Amino acid sequence: MYITLRGTPKGDPGSSPDPATSGGSGKSTGGSGRSRVAPTVIGLGVVSLLTDISSESVAAILPLYITVVVGLGPLAFGFIDGIYQGISAFVRIAGGRWADRSDQPKWVAFAGYALSAVTRFGLLVVSGFWAITSVVAIDRLGKGLRTGPRDALIATASEPEHLGRNFGVHRAMDTTGALIGPLLAFAVLAMFPVGLAGYQTIFVFSFAFAVIGLAVLGLAVPNLRRQQGPSSTGPVPAVVAAEEVATAKPLEKPAGPRWSDLNHPGLRRLLLAAGALSLVTIGDGFLYLALQDGGQIPNSFFPLLFVGTNLAYLALAIPIGKLADRIGRGRVFVGGYLLLLACYVIAGLQLGGIVGLVLVLLLLGTFYAATDGVLAALASLLVPAASRASGISAAQTVVALARFAASVGFGLLWQFTGLTTALLVMTVGLIVAIAAAAWLLRVRTDSAAGESLDAGAAA
Amino acid sequence: MTTRIITTTRGRLISLAVICALAIGGALAYFGYARTTAEAQMANAPVVAQTSDLQALLAQDHVVFRSTALGGSYGKLSVVSLADPAGDRAVLDSSCERVYATAVNGVCITAERGVVSSYGITELNAALAPQNSSELTGLPSRARISPDGSLISTTTFVSGHSYAESSFSTATVLRRDTGEEIGNLEDFTATVDGQPFTAVDRNYWGVTFVDDDVFYATGASTSMGKTWLMKGSISARTMTSIRTDAECPSISPDRTRVAYKTRQGNPAPGQWQIAVYDLATSTETVLPGDRSVDDQVEWLDNSTVLYALPREGTGATTTDIWQVPADGSGPPVVVIPQASSPAVVRR
Repeated sequence: MYITLRGTPKGDPGSSPDPATSGGSGKSTGGSGRSRVAPTVIGLGVVSLLTDISSESVAAILPLYITVVVGLGPLAFGFIDGIYQGISAFVRIAGGRWADRSDQPKWVAFAGYALSAVTRFGLLVVSGFWAITSVVAIDRLGKGLRTGPRDALIATASEPEHLGRNFGVHRAMDTTGALIGPLLAFAVLAMFPVGLAGYQTIFVFSFAFAVIGLAVLGLAVPNLRRQQGPSSTGPVPAVVAAEEVATAKPLEKPAGPRWSDLNHPGLRRLLLAAGALSLVTIGDGFLYLALQDGGQIPNSFFPLLFVGTNLAYLALAIPIGKLADRIGRGRVFVGGYLLLLACYVIAGLQLGGIVGLVLVLLLLGTFYAATDGVLAALASLLVPAASRASGISAAQTVVALARFAASVGFGLLWQFTGLTTALLVMTVGLIVAIAAAAWLLRVRTDSAAGESLDAGAAA
Repeated sequence: MTTRIITTTRGRLISLAVICALAIGGALAYFGYARTTAEAQMANAPVVAQTSDLQALLAQDHVVFRSTALGGSYGKLSVVSLADPAGDRAVLDSSCERVYATAVNGVCITAERGVVSSYGITELNAALAPQNSSELTGLPSRARISPDGSLISTTTFVSGHSYAESSFSTATVLRRDTGEEIGNLEDFTATVDGQPFTAVDRNYWGVTFVDDDVFYATGASTSMGKTWLMKGSISARTMTSIRTDAECPSISPDRTRVAYKTRQGNPAPGQWQIAVYDLATSTETVLPGDRSVDDQVEWLDNSTVLYALPREGTGATTTDIWQVPADGSGPPVVVIPQASSPAVVRR
């Protein structure tokens, strides 16, 4: 595993000269060793790892900072938290569209990462409610902007047969950063018993990681464009670009993106399927609450649950990505929701106490591994290359909005009918949605048919 | 051609290395600077006059509070004489996020910070010595005890965090001093503006006890963008709205007025003024003060209220307790420096 800047793709894997660009997991070539993970994918993984250290270290202490240090009350915190979650879904489509229209996916992603980096610095200098709200909003804006273009770059840099694995590699590195961030933050905070200095040091560290991530993106990741050609791509490491042109899929449409690209029947089916499934997806928070409702789980355990799920996600993102490449992405995507269904059943029947809890945690991590990167992989194959970022963004936005609706709906159901009924409704809904999605995505029992959707769209 | 590429690539590598070195070096330098400054600040922190004679303070009218003096006493449960609130303070061993006390008991809301933070409530006896503790869910926000010491209320807020959705809620729980849990206010039957209050995002916080049954609290619905002053009964397990735009109520010692935070119609949170509401005449008096106050007011006596305000700028982790006349007749002034979470105890 390495990111090559020197044009030595074969037989010299230990030569990565820069520590920041070789910070990945070290096993991304995978067990089969059939194919190297494209340097662009590793590069973007490193960028995401660094950025997630940056953003999660701040996210972990932001509630404390806002309430304890700045002295804002619960409602103010809820308001900021809502902004935190809400904004990125809407900007996402715009980011994807912008990347496709300008044919500069890397620089649109760069703009997104840069916006977020600036907010780290902003946290150092602002205080007060509106200032912090604005900073948080800009950070989310950046996140929304960059996600689609970045995933489009991953897709462009990947051979179609390794899309699932490559998204898995990226998500595993991303999640690693998300796990390191909070640890870093609390390690720093532990060294400053009182005062603002601890928080400010975290903001400085966060800013530093964001800047390094930005530098890796700017200097070491090529801008893979439709109008491909090593010489015409501006500031791109020419060797890397040339190398990856060979693996990038041939151009279907020399023309720019069109809105009608998003109306491709394959993508429409995927959006419908993902939307239907997400409408009956209860977030981990609610699932843990449901388990907790049965007693036996101490409150202090709660944050650890998220860590457990993330660890499972991290461990399984690559193997499940590979599995998706082998047996069909639609099948693995729908299969992931079967695991979620199992979680509902365990939570609904209050099975197994702590064992049940650990099981749910592992199943949820596996569910994310089977659905998150795989969704991007599916979407990237269902639109013409010219609309790749838009297509991926559209799928992710549909999922985010439908999940938001689902959590509001589930909250209402829980409130008015009780937990058992609410879970039962969601379980039945999920069974129906899985059946519908399997039909929409043409998941069949034989492998060839399962792959037909993917293949058809990629051609 | 090849040479040019290598040169360009090398240029990129060097740039990358330089940026990394600058970023990491800069962050570490800042870390070192911040450590040194923080230590210096601790060492040079203005010394707060302390006394070891806790018994003498407890025997007279006094204020129990949380010390925010930088240094060893930061966050510690402290006591000062009401007659000389800026004078010598007794600093106890308990570390608390929030404090409240009556003549017969007290509570200390504790926080254990870390990757997994945990919070607890420790009951204190009349001498403010810790008794039994139990776990609390969520960041501590408010704590109050009924005048006779028999009822304890805590507000914490809980924020789930997940991939696609956010959940925010407060948990306001009532307990008896015996340890028996009365319940979460969300399980009480509530009426708002004459209608049953069943909004899913309803939240309650900031309880103040009138006696061992009647209390006031804040009711809120985020989606409706409104808050209400609620009057409740523990025995009937009901609450009814009195008026809107009122948070964190605090009943006056003579039970005729309620002081609370008000946004004065501005729906977004973050800018609060303190107001006093006369229960008999239904009139509201907004108290003077330039800065937003986010605290549950404590009554010093029937004519003065207390609240805590963080210092401005980098001093924000230090708060002072201010006092202001309850009839709005004068500006706020600092009464106990380097302190928060006041509880006035009269002998």
